[in-house]
Amino acid sequence: MSEGSLLRLTLADARDGLLRKSFSARELALAYNEAVAETKPLNAYITPTPERALEMAAAADERLARGEALPLDGIPIAVKDLYCTKGVLTTAASHILNGFCPSYESTVTSRLWQAGAVMLGKTNLDEFAMGSSNTTSYYGPVENPWGRQIESQSGDNRPLVPGGSSGGSAAAVAAHAALTATGTDTGGSIRQPASFCGIVGLKPTYGRCSRWGVVAYASSLDHPGPMTRTVRDAAIMLRAMAGHDPRDSTSAPVSVPDFEAALTGNIRGLRVGIPREYRVDGMPQDIEALWQQGAEWLRAAGAEPVEINLPMTKYALPAYYIIAPAEASSNLARYDGVRFGLRIEGSGFEDMYELTRAAGFGAEVRRRVLIGTYVLSAGYYDAYYLKAQRVRTLVMRDFASTFEKVDCILAPTAPSAAFAIGENTEDPVAMYLNDVFTVPANLAGIPAISVPTGLSADGLPLGLQIMGRAFDEETVLSVAGVLEEAAQFRYLPSFRAGALHD
Amino acid sequence: MALDRAVVAHIAALARIRLAESELEPLAEELSQILTWIEQLNEVETSGVPPMTNAVGGALPMREDNVTDGGCREEILGNAPRTASGFFVVPKVIE
Repeated sequence: MSEGSLLRLTLADARDGLLRKSFSARELALAYNEAVAETKPLNAYITPTPERALEMAAAADERLARGEALPLDGIPIAVKDLYCTKGVLTTAASHILNGFCPSYESTVTSRLWQAGAVMLGKTNLDEFAMGSSNTTSYYGPVENPWGRQIESQSGDNRPLVPGGSSGGSAAAVAAHAALTATGTDTGGSIRQPASFCGIVGLKPTYGRCSRWGVVAYASSLDHPGPMTRTVRDAAIMLRAMAGHDPRDSTSAPVSVPDFEAALTGNIRGLRVGIPREYRVDGMPQDIEALWQQGAEWLRAAGAEPVEINLPMTKYALPAYYIIAPAEASSNLARYDGVRFGLRIEGSGFEDMYELTRAAGFGAEVRRRVLIGTYVLSAGYYDAYYLKAQRVRTLVMRDFASTFEKVDCILAPTAPSAAFAIGENTEDPVAMYLNDVFTVPANLAGIPAISVPTGLSADGLPLGLQIMGRAFDEETVLSVAGVLEEAAQFRYLPSFRAGALHD
Repeated sequence: MALDRAVVAHIAALARIRLAESELEPLAEELSQILTWIEQLNEVETSGVPPMTNAVGGALPMREDNVTDGGCREEILGNAPRTASGFFVVPKVIE
């Protein structure tokens, strides 16, 4: 097969092709290593690992030859550089982790390698996963492989953001520089970049995938999950990534179903909630229209769209911007210049701490650590932190009562398509508003997936989101699969690996 | 609520982040902007609502109180900026 056609395969197709010996894991790894190099201008990878990819592919080929194939044997995967990888630089896109090379492997990536997957490298992200545009990385912004098809009225042709924080993973999968990738989602960091780049992004239930070995941002909200080209691929990846891990005390001791088997295409009789509160002021007409179209597609497949109310929606985002920074200020206290990463010497102990953290943290991280410190400080704890946690309970109750009436919820993933690098940077709150539709699922810990379903007026991808009951990823995936089938999203970004060889 | 320079300097000291004098004013403005937006939470009636700390619910699991790790000093020290004789080295703390 030509390089271009190898790169266009889905995970499910590549798996089947490897089993049939239509091509080898080595050929696939070589094609993807080249694709990683070819798409370097996107800055999607911080650390490519081509030699490791070839070693792992060789091992996969041996197992395939012996007829002892593992579930993901030979599948080339990009890893968000928030997952610790043994012996491979792990940065969290922060200067403060300068040179950090973990001596251990995160649980989720361990599971992927044990399933036979091949590591292509570590992908760029917003620093410590704090951002919605992948512009806060110490290693520079990632560019979205998609460009506007028509010039905007201002003639603005700046490159677009891939979304964030898992922007490198999203850009790599969209540009065919990875077959699939891991991401993490604290307030939308898998789903919003998936929507911006025209791919599938799944945030599983909290506790489904272990957080052990994933650099912490906000522990009660951080969710590892897959970013893929299709819903089926997300189901395959989730099965490999999920499972109870005693090293993460919040990891759920529940069994891992065969998620792929849930993709029956049969959603007849399911009740799909359409939340009134997600119709926000200023939402572009094309997103509103796509959302209605999505409801019609599901109705045509035999599901029943039902108008619902989630009255706390508006308050989820401000609550998140207390809870997440509070947890971050606590989690990031470990970066002290003593045990790992950057150290700036000073006149004494305190001096070293303060200089190291000033030099190591970028502007957005610093902002969130300061907000978090403030809301946890004496005299403000009750007014801000406890208040936000009480609102979180109300958000959770909104979903609990809704899921007594409906089986899942359909909503847009993000209130806009990808915007230009440099936009939304003047006012931090304007950037935060990107997460208005994704944050509620993080506060409640429920599963949610973004599926590419259409193009904006500018020709940019738009995603729709399905949210479901805790630990009911099967319904979420099943409904997402029907949306995907109905939408027939076959568009590819103009900048992608292998495009010249097609 | 508007934060002034003194409050920003205080929380920066608590967070152990050195700020230049010239950074205090712009940060005070940014943080005040964020906090003002956050204060819409005051519209929500929350009396009698318990705070939610995470999505797992219930008590965290307990395990046997056994040693599960250890014997990896070299690995632990491997990423440290300064070490000596099997220890982390920090600036002098006691005069």
